[in-house]
Amino acid sequence: MEFQITKKAKNVTFGLIAVGLLLTVVGIATGMGDHHFKTRLLTNGLINGFFYFALGLGALFFLALQYATETGWYASIKRVIEAVAGFIPYGMGIFGIVLLTITFMDGAHIYTWMDSEIVAHDEIIQGKSAYLNKTFFWIRTVVYFITYFYFLNGFRKRSLEEDRIGGTELHFKNYRQGALFLVFFAVFSSTSSWDWLMSIDVHWFSTLYGWYTFAGMWCSTMVVLVITTLYLKKLGYLEKVNDSHIHDLGKWTFGTSFLWSYLWFSQFMLIWYANIGEEVTYYQMRIDNYKIMYFAMFVINFAFPMLLLMSRDAKRHAGILTFVGLIILVGHWIDVYIMVSGGTMGAQAKIGFMEVGMALMLLGVFIYVVLRNLTKSPLTPVNHPFLDESIHHDI
Amino acid sequence: MSDKVIYVMYDDDHILKDGAKKLVSNGVKISEVFSPFPIHGIDPIIGIKNTRLGIMAFLYGLTGLTLATLGMRYMMIVDWPMNIGGKPNFTYLDNILAFIPITFEFTVLCAAHGMAITYLLLNKTLPGMPAQNPDPRTTDDKFVMEIRLSENSSMTEESIDALLSDTGYFELDKKEVK
Repeated sequence: MEFQITKKAKNVTFGLIAVGLLLTVVGIATGMGDHHFKTRLLTNGLINGFFYFALGLGALFFLALQYATETGWYASIKRVIEAVAGFIPYGMGIFGIVLLTITFMDGAHIYTWMDSEIVAHDEIIQGKSAYLNKTFFWIRTVVYFITYFYFLNGFRKRSLEEDRIGGTELHFKNYRQGALFLVFFAVFSSTSSWDWLMSIDVHWFSTLYGWYTFAGMWCSTMVVLVITTLYLKKLGYLEKVNDSHIHDLGKWTFGTSFLWSYLWFSQFMLIWYANIGEEVTYYQMRIDNYKIMYFAMFVINFAFPMLLLMSRDAKRHAGILTFVGLIILVGHWIDVYIMVSGGTMGAQAKIGFMEVGMALMLLGVFIYVVLRNLTKSPLTPVNHPFLDESIHHDI
Repeated sequence: MSDKVIYVMYDDDHILKDGAKKLVSNGVKISEVFSPFPIHGIDPIIGIKNTRLGIMAFLYGLTGLTLATLGMRYMMIVDWPMNIGGKPNFTYLDNILAFIPITFEFTVLCAAHGMAITYLLLNKTLPGMPAQNPDPRTTDDKFVMEIRLSENSSMTEESIDALLSDTGYFELDKKEVK
Protein backbone atom coordinates (compact mmCIF):
# COMPACT_ATOMS: atom_id res chain seq x y z
CA MET A 1 0.00 0.00 0.00
CA GLU A 2 1.34 3.40 -0.94
CA PHE A 3 1.69 5.88 1.87
CA GLN A 4 -0.01 9.26 1.61
CA ILE A 5 0.91 12.18 3.83
CA THR A 6 -2.20 13.05 5.78
CA LYS A 7 -3.51 16.59 5.92
CA LYS A 8 -2.92 16.64 9.65
CA ALA A 9 0.71 15.61 9.25
CA LYS A 10 1.21 18.31 6.63
CA ASN A 11 -0.33 20.94 8.90
CA VAL A 12 1.78 19.83 11.86
CA THR A 13 5.07 19.82 9.94
CA PHE A 14 4.42 23.15 8.27
CA GLY A 15 3.24 24.49 11.63
CA LEU A 16 6.51 23.35 13.21
CA ILE A 17 8.52 24.97 10.44
CA ALA A 18 6.51 28.22 10.69
CA VAL A 19 6.68 28.44 14.49
CA GLY A 20 10.35 27.51 14.40
CA LEU A 21 11.08 30.12 11.78
CA LEU A 22 9.16 32.76 13.71
CA LEU A 23 11.00 31.98 16.95
CA THR A 24 14.34 31.98 15.13
CA VAL A 25 13.60 35.38 13.59
CA VAL A 26 12.53 36.74 17.00
CA GLY A 27 15.70 35.26 18.47
CA ILE A 28 17.86 36.81 15.77
CA ALA A 29 16.12 40.18 16.06
CA THR A 30 16.51 40.35 19.82
CA GLY A 31 20.01 38.94 19.90
CA MET A 32 21.42 40.93 16.98
CA GLY A 33 23.23 43.57 19.03
CA ASP A 34 24.81 41.01 21.32
CA HIS A 35 28.57 40.65 21.26
CA HIS A 36 28.34 36.87 20.86
CA PHE A 37 25.54 36.94 18.32
CA LYS A 38 27.39 35.43 15.35
CA THR A 39 28.93 32.66 17.41
CA ARG A 40 25.58 31.88 18.98
CA LEU A 41 23.82 31.72 15.63
CA LEU A 42 26.42 29.43 14.11
CA THR A 43 26.60 27.32 17.25
CA ASN A 44 22.90 26.72 16.82
CA GLY A 45 23.40 25.86 13.19
CA LEU A 46 26.12 23.39 14.11
CA ILE A 47 24.06 21.73 16.86
CA ASN A 48 20.95 21.27 14.76
CA GLY A 49 22.75 20.69 11.49
CA PHE A 50 24.71 17.87 13.10
CA PHE A 51 21.84 16.44 15.15
CA TYR A 52 19.41 15.97 12.26
CA PHE A 53 22.10 14.88 9.81
CA ALA A 54 23.18 12.30 12.40
CA LEU A 55 19.63 10.92 12.65
CA GLY A 56 19.77 10.11 8.95
CA LEU A 57 23.31 8.80 9.18
CA GLY A 58 22.36 6.51 12.05
CA ALA A 59 19.63 5.02 9.87
CA LEU A 60 22.10 4.47 7.03
CA PHE A 61 24.43 2.73 9.46
CA PHE A 62 21.59 0.61 10.81
CA LEU A 63 20.54 -0.40 7.30
CA ALA A 64 24.11 -1.35 6.39
CA LEU A 65 24.32 -3.35 9.61
CA GLN A 66 21.20 -5.33 8.67
CA TYR A 67 22.59 -6.01 5.20
CA ALA A 68 26.01 -7.06 6.46
CA THR A 69 24.53 -9.41 9.06
CA GLU A 70 21.88 -10.73 6.64
CA THR A 71 19.19 -10.08 9.22
CA GLY A 72 15.67 -11.26 8.54
CA TRP A 73 13.28 -9.59 10.95
CA TYR A 74 13.80 -6.03 9.74
CA ALA A 75 12.62 -6.67 6.17
CA SER A 76 9.11 -5.38 6.79
CA ILE A 77 10.33 -2.10 8.32
CA LYS A 78 13.13 -1.66 5.80
CA ARG A 79 11.37 1.18 3.99
CA VAL A 80 11.09 3.14 7.25
CA ILE A 81 14.86 2.87 7.74
CA GLU A 82 15.43 3.92 4.15
CA ALA A 83 13.11 6.91 4.51
CA VAL A 84 14.97 8.16 7.59
CA ALA A 85 18.33 7.55 5.91
CA GLY A 86 16.95 9.51 2.94
CA PHE A 87 17.28 12.68 5.01
CA ILE A 88 21.07 12.49 4.57
CA PRO A 89 21.30 14.65 1.40
CA TYR A 90 19.19 17.38 3.03
CA GLY A 91 21.09 17.05 6.28
CA MET A 92 24.38 17.29 4.40
CA GLY A 93 23.12 20.42 2.67
CA ILE A 94 22.15 22.21 5.89
CA PHE A 95 25.19 21.01 7.80
CA GLY A 96 27.48 21.78 4.84
CA ILE A 97 26.23 25.38 4.65
CA VAL A 98 26.85 25.85 8.38
CA LEU A 99 30.38 24.43 8.11
CA LEU A 100 31.08 26.54 5.04
CA THR A 101 29.92 29.74 6.79
CA ILE A 102 32.09 28.94 9.79
CA THR A 103 35.06 28.34 7.52
CA PHE A 104 34.60 31.64 5.70
CA MET A 105 34.40 33.42 9.05
CA ASP A 106 37.74 31.90 10.09
CA GLY A 107 36.18 29.64 12.66
CA ALA A 108 33.81 32.25 14.13
CA HIS A 109 35.15 31.44 17.64
CA ILE A 110 33.81 27.94 17.13
CA TYR A 111 36.73 26.25 15.39
CA THR A 112 39.46 28.42 16.87
CA TRP A 113 42.07 26.43 14.95
CA MET A 114 40.73 28.04 11.75
CA ASP A 115 41.74 31.48 13.00
CA SER A 116 45.37 32.08 11.93
CA GLU A 117 45.85 34.83 14.53
CA ILE A 118 44.95 32.50 17.38
CA VAL A 119 47.02 29.66 15.96
CA ALA A 120 50.09 31.93 15.72
CA HIS A 121 50.06 32.35 19.50
CA ASP A 122 49.03 28.86 20.46
CA GLU A 123 51.63 26.11 20.49
CA ILE A 124 49.16 23.35 21.21
CA ILE A 125 47.11 24.14 18.11
CA GLN A 126 50.29 24.52 16.07
CA GLY A 127 51.19 20.96 17.01
CA LYS A 128 47.83 19.78 15.69
CA SER A 129 47.72 21.96 12.58
CA ALA A 130 48.94 19.19 10.29
CA TYR A 131 45.55 17.58 10.83
CA LEU A 132 43.40 20.54 11.83
CA ASN A 133 43.64 23.00 8.97
CA LYS A 134 40.98 24.32 6.64
CA THR A 135 42.10 22.43 3.53
CA PHE A 136 42.46 19.02 5.13
CA PHE A 137 39.25 19.57 7.12
CA TRP A 138 37.32 20.14 3.92
CA ILE A 139 38.98 17.25 2.10
CA ARG A 140 37.84 14.98 4.92
CA THR A 141 34.35 16.46 5.13
CA VAL A 142 33.83 16.10 1.39
CA VAL A 143 35.11 12.52 1.49
CA TYR A 144 32.67 11.67 4.30
CA PHE A 145 29.77 13.27 2.47
CA ILE A 146 30.55 11.60 -0.85
CA THR A 147 31.01 8.19 0.78
CA TYR A 148 27.74 8.41 2.71
CA PHE A 149 25.86 9.63 -0.33
CA TYR A 150 27.33 6.94 -2.56
CA PHE A 151 26.29 4.13 -0.23
CA LEU A 152 22.86 5.63 0.47
CA ASN A 153 22.21 5.99 -3.23
CA GLY A 154 23.36 2.44 -3.96
CA PHE A 155 21.27 0.88 -1.19
CA ARG A 156 18.18 2.79 -2.26
CA LYS A 157 18.64 2.02 -5.94
CA ARG A 158 19.12 -1.70 -5.35
CA SER A 159 16.21 -1.77 -2.92
CA LEU A 160 13.84 -0.41 -5.55
CA GLU A 161 15.36 -2.65 -8.21
CA GLU A 162 14.79 -5.66 -5.97
CA ASP A 163 11.08 -4.80 -5.91
CA ARG A 164 11.00 -5.13 -9.68
CA ILE A 165 13.28 -8.08 -10.47
CA GLY A 166 13.88 -9.93 -7.19
CA GLY A 167 16.40 -12.75 -7.01
CA THR A 168 19.37 -13.09 -4.72
CA GLU A 169 22.04 -11.35 -6.79
CA LEU A 170 21.03 -7.91 -5.49
CA HIS A 171 20.84 -9.30 -1.99
CA PHE A 172 24.45 -10.48 -2.09
CA LYS A 173 25.53 -7.19 -3.61
CA ASN A 174 23.83 -5.41 -0.69
CA TYR A 175 25.53 -7.80 1.69
CA ARG A 176 28.98 -6.92 0.34
CA GLN A 177 28.24 -3.21 0.14
CA GLY A 178 26.83 -3.21 3.67
CA ALA A 179 29.99 -4.80 5.03
CA LEU A 180 32.12 -2.36 3.02
CA PHE A 181 30.15 0.59 4.39
CA LEU A 182 30.73 -0.59 7.94
CA VAL A 183 34.48 -0.64 7.29
CA PHE A 184 34.40 2.97 6.13
CA PHE A 185 31.98 3.99 8.84
CA ALA A 186 34.12 2.46 11.59
CA VAL A 187 36.85 4.95 10.74
CA PHE A 188 34.71 7.87 9.60
CA SER A 189 32.35 7.89 12.58
CA SER A 190 35.33 8.52 14.84
CA THR A 191 37.29 10.93 12.66
CA SER A 192 34.23 12.94 11.63
CA SER A 193 33.22 13.47 15.24
CA TRP A 194 36.75 14.68 15.98
CA ASP A 195 36.58 17.06 13.05
CA TRP A 196 33.11 18.43 13.55
CA LEU A 197 32.64 18.34 17.31
CA MET A 198 35.77 17.52 19.27
CA SER A 199 37.89 20.14 17.50
CA ILE A 200 35.69 22.81 19.10
CA ASP A 201 37.54 22.13 22.35
CA VAL A 202 40.76 22.16 20.42
CA HIS A 203 43.16 21.77 23.34
CA TRP A 204 41.34 18.78 24.68
CA PHE A 205 41.00 15.27 23.31
CA SER A 206 39.41 12.00 24.27
CA THR A 207 39.85 8.69 22.51
CA LEU A 208 36.32 7.67 23.46
CA TYR A 209 34.73 10.74 21.91
CA GLY A 210 33.97 9.13 18.55
CA TRP A 211 32.16 6.19 20.05
CA TYR A 212 30.33 8.42 22.47
CA THR A 213 29.01 10.63 19.66
CA PHE A 214 28.18 7.57 17.60
CA ALA A 215 26.27 5.92 20.46
CA GLY A 216 24.18 9.02 21.04
CA MET A 217 23.42 9.24 17.34
CA TRP A 218 22.49 5.57 17.10
CA CYS A 219 20.16 5.80 20.09
CA SER A 220 18.39 8.87 18.67
CA THR A 221 17.99 7.07 15.35
CA MET A 222 16.40 4.04 17.00
CA VAL A 223 13.91 6.33 18.72
CA VAL A 224 13.03 7.93 15.38
CA LEU A 225 12.62 4.52 13.75
CA VAL A 226 10.36 3.16 16.47
CA ILE A 227 8.19 6.29 16.56
CA THR A 228 7.87 6.39 12.76
CA THR A 229 6.92 2.71 12.67
CA LEU A 230 4.33 3.21 15.41
CA TYR A 231 2.93 6.24 13.60
CA LEU A 232 2.54 4.32 10.35
CA LYS A 233 0.95 1.39 12.15
CA LYS A 234 -1.50 3.69 13.87
CA LEU A 235 -2.58 5.01 10.49
CA GLY A 236 -3.20 1.45 9.36
CA TYR A 237 -0.12 1.00 7.19
CA LEU A 238 2.57 -1.65 7.66
CA GLU A 239 0.03 -4.39 8.36
CA LYS A 240 2.85 -6.97 8.21
CA VAL A 241 4.57 -5.41 11.21
CA ASN A 242 3.55 -7.20 14.41
CA ASP A 243 4.28 -6.78 18.11
CA SER A 244 7.56 -8.65 17.77
CA HIS A 245 8.99 -6.06 15.38
CA ILE A 246 7.99 -3.27 17.74
CA HIS A 247 9.49 -5.26 20.60
CA ASP A 248 12.77 -5.59 18.69
CA LEU A 249 12.89 -1.88 17.94
CA GLY A 250 12.16 -1.22 21.60
CA LYS A 251 15.04 -3.51 22.54
CA TRP A 252 17.35 -1.57 20.24
CA THR A 253 16.27 1.69 21.87
CA PHE A 254 16.85 0.17 25.29
CA GLY A 255 20.19 -1.34 24.31
CA THR A 256 21.61 1.73 22.59
CA SER A 257 20.60 3.86 25.57
CA PHE A 258 22.78 1.61 27.66
CA LEU A 259 25.60 1.79 25.13
CA TRP A 260 25.46 5.58 25.27
CA SER A 261 25.31 5.67 29.09
CA TYR A 262 28.17 3.21 29.31
CA LEU A 263 30.37 5.34 27.06
CA TRP A 264 29.35 8.59 28.81
CA PHE A 265 30.30 7.06 32.11
CA SER A 266 33.55 5.50 30.84
CA GLN A 267 34.75 8.82 29.45
CA PHE A 268 33.70 10.73 32.55
CA MET A 269 35.06 8.32 35.11
CA LEU A 270 38.49 7.85 33.53
CA ILE A 271 39.01 11.61 33.31
CA TRP A 272 37.67 12.15 36.82
CA TYR A 273 39.91 9.42 38.20
CA ALA A 274 43.13 10.50 36.50
CA ASN A 275 42.41 14.16 37.30
CA ILE A 276 44.92 15.54 34.80
CA GLY A 277 44.69 19.29 34.25
CA GLU A 278 44.38 19.32 30.47
CA GLU A 279 41.79 16.54 30.47
CA VAL A 280 39.43 17.75 33.16
CA THR A 281 38.92 21.19 31.58
CA TYR A 282 36.26 19.76 29.28
CA TYR A 283 34.13 18.60 32.18
CA GLN A 284 34.95 21.53 34.45
CA MET A 285 33.69 23.95 31.84
CA ARG A 286 30.49 21.99 31.40
CA ILE A 287 29.87 21.39 35.08
CA ASP A 288 30.53 25.05 35.92
CA ASN A 289 28.10 26.33 33.31
CA TYR A 290 25.56 23.57 32.81
CA LYS A 291 25.66 21.58 36.02
CA ILE A 292 21.97 20.76 36.40
CA MET A 293 21.29 20.36 32.69
CA TYR A 294 24.33 18.16 32.18
CA PHE A 295 23.58 15.67 34.94
CA ALA A 296 19.84 15.78 34.41
CA MET A 297 20.47 14.92 30.76
CA PHE A 298 22.52 11.90 31.79
CA VAL A 299 19.96 10.68 34.29
CA ILE A 300 17.12 11.11 31.79
CA ASN A 301 18.92 9.36 28.95
CA PHE A 302 19.98 6.51 31.19
CA ALA A 303 17.38 6.01 33.91
CA PHE A 304 14.27 6.68 31.86
CA PRO A 305 14.77 3.92 29.29
CA MET A 306 16.25 1.63 31.92
CA LEU A 307 13.33 1.77 34.33
CA LEU A 308 10.48 2.23 31.88
CA LEU A 309 11.58 -0.02 29.01
CA MET A 310 12.96 -2.90 31.03
CA SER A 311 9.91 -5.12 30.96
CA ARG A 312 8.75 -7.04 27.92
CA ASP A 313 5.27 -5.53 28.00
CA ALA A 314 6.59 -1.97 28.00
CA LYS A 315 8.59 -2.61 24.83
CA ARG A 316 5.38 -3.68 23.09
CA HIS A 317 3.31 -0.76 24.34
CA ALA A 318 3.03 2.05 21.79
CA GLY A 319 2.25 4.71 24.38
CA ILE A 320 5.20 3.94 26.65
CA LEU A 321 7.60 3.63 23.73
CA THR A 322 6.53 6.97 22.27
CA PHE A 323 6.66 8.71 25.64
CA VAL A 324 10.12 7.41 26.56
CA GLY A 325 11.34 7.90 22.99
CA LEU A 326 10.36 11.55 22.79
CA ILE A 327 11.92 12.30 26.15
CA ILE A 328 15.26 10.70 25.36
CA LEU A 329 15.25 12.30 21.92
CA VAL A 330 15.14 15.70 23.67
CA GLY A 331 17.76 14.36 26.08
CA HIS A 332 20.11 13.51 23.23
CA TRP A 333 19.52 16.89 21.63
CA ILE A 334 20.58 18.48 24.92
CA ASP A 335 23.62 16.20 24.90
CA VAL A 336 24.69 17.58 21.51
CA TYR A 337 23.78 21.08 22.69
CA ILE A 338 26.15 20.83 25.65
CA MET A 339 28.88 19.16 23.58
CA VAL A 340 28.89 22.10 21.17
CA SER A 341 27.85 25.10 23.29
CA GLY A 342 30.13 24.11 26.14
CA GLY A 343 33.09 24.79 23.88
CA THR A 344 31.80 27.69 21.82
CA MET A 345 29.64 29.79 24.15
CA GLY A 346 30.75 28.54 27.56
CA ALA A 347 29.18 30.65 30.28
CA GLN A 348 27.34 32.82 27.75
CA ALA A 349 25.20 29.97 26.48
CA LYS A 350 21.49 30.09 27.10
CA ILE A 351 18.46 28.40 25.65
CA GLY A 352 16.28 31.09 24.17
CA PHE A 353 14.04 31.71 21.17
CA MET A 354 16.82 31.02 18.69
CA GLU A 355 17.76 27.63 20.14
CA VAL A 356 14.22 26.33 20.45
CA GLY A 357 13.15 27.90 17.15
CA MET A 358 15.91 26.42 15.07
CA ALA A 359 15.45 22.97 16.60
CA LEU A 360 11.70 23.04 15.90
CA MET A 361 12.16 24.36 12.38
CA LEU A 362 14.59 21.62 11.43
CA LEU A 363 12.42 19.04 13.19
CA GLY A 364 9.58 20.09 10.89
CA VAL A 365 11.84 19.82 7.85
CA PHE A 366 13.11 16.45 9.02
CA ILE A 367 9.64 15.00 9.57
CA TYR A 368 8.40 16.31 6.25
CA VAL A 369 11.35 14.90 4.30
CA VAL A 370 11.01 11.51 5.99
CA LEU A 371 7.26 11.36 5.30
CA ARG A 372 7.81 12.38 1.71
CA ASN A 373 10.47 9.69 1.32
CA LEU A 374 7.93 7.17 2.59
CA THR A 375 5.47 8.07 -0.18
CA LYS A 376 8.00 7.32 -2.89
CA SER A 377 7.94 3.53 -2.70
CA PRO A 378 5.70 0.73 -1.44
CA LEU A 379 5.94 0.53 2.35
CA THR A 380 6.71 -3.18 2.32
CA PRO A 381 9.46 -4.37 0.01
CA VAL A 382 8.07 -6.92 -2.43
CA ASN A 383 10.95 -9.26 -3.21
CA HIS A 384 13.21 -9.04 -0.21
CA PRO A 385 14.59 -12.58 0.26
CA PHE A 386 13.89 -12.48 4.01
CA LEU A 387 10.43 -10.95 3.76
CA ASP A 388 8.72 -14.23 4.61
CA GLU A 389 10.90 -14.66 7.68
CA SER A 390 10.09 -11.12 8.72
CA ILE A 391 6.34 -11.62 8.35
CA HIS A 392 6.53 -14.67 10.62
CA HIS A 393 8.78 -12.92 13.08
CA ASP A 394 7.87 -14.10 16.55
CA ILE A 395 9.78 -13.57 19.79
CA MET B 1 -4.14 -42.63 41.35
CA SER B 2 -3.17 -44.19 38.09
CA ASP B 3 -2.88 -42.08 35.00
CA LYS B 4 -2.31 -42.71 31.34
CA VAL B 5 0.09 -40.58 29.32
CA ILE B 6 0.00 -40.34 25.53
CA TYR B 7 3.27 -39.48 23.85
CA VAL B 8 2.79 -38.36 20.27
CA MET B 9 5.98 -38.04 18.28
CA TYR B 10 6.37 -35.88 15.19
CA ASP B 11 9.33 -35.42 12.89
CA ASP B 12 8.56 -31.81 12.00
CA ASP B 13 7.83 -28.88 14.26
CA HIS B 14 5.29 -27.36 11.88
CA ILE B 15 3.24 -30.56 11.77
CA LEU B 16 3.32 -30.68 15.56
CA LYS B 17 2.20 -27.07 15.77
CA ASP B 18 -0.73 -27.66 13.40
CA GLY B 19 -1.67 -30.81 15.32
CA ALA B 20 -1.49 -28.98 18.64
CA LYS B 21 -3.72 -26.21 17.28
CA LYS B 22 -6.31 -28.76 16.19
CA LEU B 23 -6.26 -30.61 19.51
CA VAL B 24 -6.52 -27.48 21.59
CA SER B 25 -9.40 -26.14 19.52
CA ASN B 26 -11.22 -29.41 20.29
CA GLY B 27 -10.68 -28.93 24.01
CA VAL B 28 -7.71 -31.22 24.61
CA LYS B 29 -5.23 -30.04 27.20
CA ILE B 30 -1.61 -30.63 26.13
CA SER B 31 0.57 -30.78 29.21
CA GLU B 32 4.01 -30.54 27.61
CA VAL B 33 5.97 -30.45 24.35
CA PHE B 34 9.55 -31.72 24.13
CA SER B 35 11.72 -30.50 21.29
CA PRO B 36 15.42 -30.19 20.47
CA PHE B 37 15.06 -26.43 19.91
CA PRO B 38 12.56 -23.73 20.89
CA ILE B 39 9.50 -23.86 18.61
CA HIS B 40 8.41 -20.32 17.86
CA GLY B 41 4.80 -19.66 18.74
CA ILE B 42 4.11 -22.95 20.56
CA ASP B 43 3.70 -21.35 24.01
CA PRO B 44 0.40 -19.55 23.39
CA ILE B 45 -1.02 -22.59 21.55
CA ILE B 46 -0.55 -25.03 24.42
CA GLY B 47 -1.33 -22.33 26.98
CA ILE B 48 2.05 -21.82 28.62
CA LYS B 49 2.24 -18.53 30.50
CA ASN B 50 5.07 -16.07 29.90
CA THR B 51 8.08 -16.82 32.03
CA ARG B 52 8.62 -14.78 35.18
CA LEU B 53 12.38 -15.37 35.04
CA GLY B 54 12.86 -11.72 34.01
CA ILE B 55 11.33 -10.50 37.26
CA MET B 56 13.61 -12.83 39.19
CA ALA B 57 16.60 -11.53 37.23
CA PHE B 58 15.68 -7.98 38.27
CA LEU B 59 15.43 -9.02 41.92
CA TYR B 60 18.75 -10.88 41.80
CA GLY B 61 20.32 -7.82 40.19
CA LEU B 62 18.91 -5.62 42.93
CA THR B 63 20.37 -7.98 45.52
CA GLY B 64 23.76 -7.74 43.84
CA LEU B 65 23.56 -3.96 43.72
CA THR B 66 22.74 -3.74 47.42
CA LEU B 67 25.38 -6.27 48.47
CA ALA B 68 28.08 -4.54 46.42
CA THR B 69 27.22 -1.12 47.81
CA LEU B 70 27.09 -2.26 51.43
CA GLY B 71 30.19 -4.41 51.06
CA MET B 72 32.33 -1.72 49.49
CA ARG B 73 31.15 0.91 51.91
CA TYR B 74 32.12 -1.27 54.84
CA MET B 75 35.47 -2.41 53.39
CA MET B 76 36.69 0.82 51.85
CA ILE B 77 35.24 3.50 54.12
CA VAL B 78 34.07 2.20 57.49
CA ASP B 79 36.43 -0.61 58.40
CA TRP B 80 39.68 0.66 56.88
CA PRO B 81 39.45 3.98 55.00
CA MET B 82 41.47 3.70 51.82
CA ASN B 83 43.28 6.41 49.91
CA ILE B 84 43.80 5.32 46.32
CA GLY B 85 45.36 7.64 43.75
CA GLY B 86 44.83 10.73 45.90
CA LYS B 87 41.15 10.02 46.30
CA PRO B 88 40.55 9.40 49.98
CA ASN B 89 37.31 7.58 50.62
CA PHE B 90 35.83 9.61 53.43
CA THR B 91 32.33 9.38 52.08
CA TYR B 92 30.81 6.92 49.70
CA LEU B 93 28.85 9.54 47.78
CA ASP B 94 31.85 11.71 46.89
CA ASN B 95 33.63 8.74 45.36
CA ILE B 96 30.66 6.92 43.97
CA LEU B 97 32.12 7.00 40.46
CA ALA B 98 34.99 4.78 41.51
CA PHE B 99 32.58 2.22 42.93
CA ILE B 100 30.20 2.06 39.99
CA PRO B 101 32.16 -0.42 37.82
CA ILE B 102 32.31 -2.95 40.65
CA THR B 103 28.66 -2.37 41.52
CA PHE B 104 27.80 -2.97 37.89
CA GLU B 105 29.88 -6.14 37.65
CA PHE B 106 28.46 -7.56 40.86
CA THR B 107 24.90 -6.77 39.77
CA VAL B 108 25.48 -8.64 36.52
CA LEU B 109 27.17 -11.52 38.32
CA CYS B 110 24.27 -11.98 40.74
CA ALA B 111 21.60 -11.56 38.08
CA ALA B 112 23.25 -14.02 35.69
CA HIS B 113 24.06 -16.69 38.24
CA GLY B 114 20.77 -16.35 40.05
CA MET B 115 18.90 -16.61 36.79
CA ALA B 116 20.86 -19.63 35.56
CA ILE B 117 20.49 -21.53 38.84
CA THR B 118 16.77 -20.71 39.07
CA TYR B 119 16.28 -21.89 35.53
CA LEU B 120 18.05 -25.19 36.15
CA LEU B 121 16.13 -25.74 39.41
CA LEU B 122 12.75 -25.00 37.85
CA ASN B 123 13.43 -27.36 34.96
CA LYS B 124 14.87 -30.00 37.30
CA THR B 125 17.97 -30.14 35.12
CA LEU B 126 20.72 -29.51 37.65
CA PRO B 127 23.82 -31.60 36.84
CA GLY B 128 23.28 -35.23 37.82
CA MET B 129 19.49 -35.09 37.81
CA PRO B 130 17.62 -37.72 35.78
CA ALA B 131 16.46 -36.65 32.32
CA GLN B 132 12.89 -35.31 32.08
CA ASN B 133 12.19 -36.00 28.42
CA PRO B 134 10.37 -39.21 27.55
CA ASP B 135 12.53 -40.15 24.58
CA PRO B 136 16.21 -39.37 23.87
CA ARG B 137 15.32 -38.67 20.24
CA THR B 138 13.74 -35.35 21.32
CA THR B 139 17.27 -34.10 21.81
CA ASP B 140 18.07 -34.94 18.21
CA ASP B 141 15.45 -34.44 15.49
CA LYS B 142 12.07 -35.52 16.90
CA PHE B 143 9.31 -33.62 18.66
CA VAL B 144 7.05 -35.10 21.31
CA MET B 145 3.72 -33.89 22.59
CA GLU B 146 2.57 -35.13 25.99
CA ILE B 147 -1.13 -35.54 26.80
CA ARG B 148 -2.30 -36.73 30.21
CA LEU B 149 -5.69 -38.35 30.53
CA SER B 150 -6.06 -37.07 34.10
CA GLU B 151 -5.93 -33.53 32.75
CA ASN B 152 -8.58 -34.33 30.15
CA SER B 153 -11.33 -35.81 32.28
CA SER B 154 -13.99 -34.62 29.87
CA MET B 155 -12.44 -36.57 26.98
CA THR B 156 -12.20 -40.31 26.48
CA GLU B 157 -9.03 -41.95 25.28
CA GLU B 158 -10.77 -42.99 22.08
CA SER B 159 -11.89 -39.47 21.21
CA ILE B 160 -8.34 -38.16 21.67
CA ASP B 161 -7.03 -41.00 19.52
CA ALA B 162 -9.53 -40.10 16.85
CA LEU B 163 -8.40 -36.48 16.89
CA LEU B 164 -4.75 -37.52 16.75
CA SER B 165 -5.18 -40.01 13.93
CA ASP B 166 -4.94 -37.50 11.08
CA THR B 167 -2.41 -35.04 12.54
CA GLY B 168 0.38 -36.85 10.72
CA TYR B 169 2.32 -38.14 13.71
CA PHE B 170 5.44 -40.23 13.40
CA GLU B 171 4.96 -42.51 16.39
CA LEU B 172 2.37 -42.96 19.15
CA ASP B 173 3.25 -44.31 22.56
CA LYS B 174 1.09 -44.79 25.65
CA LYS B 175 2.25 -45.33 29.18
CA GLU B 176 0.54 -46.12 32.44
CA VAL B 177 1.98 -44.12 35.28
CA LYS B 178 1.23 -44.27 38.95
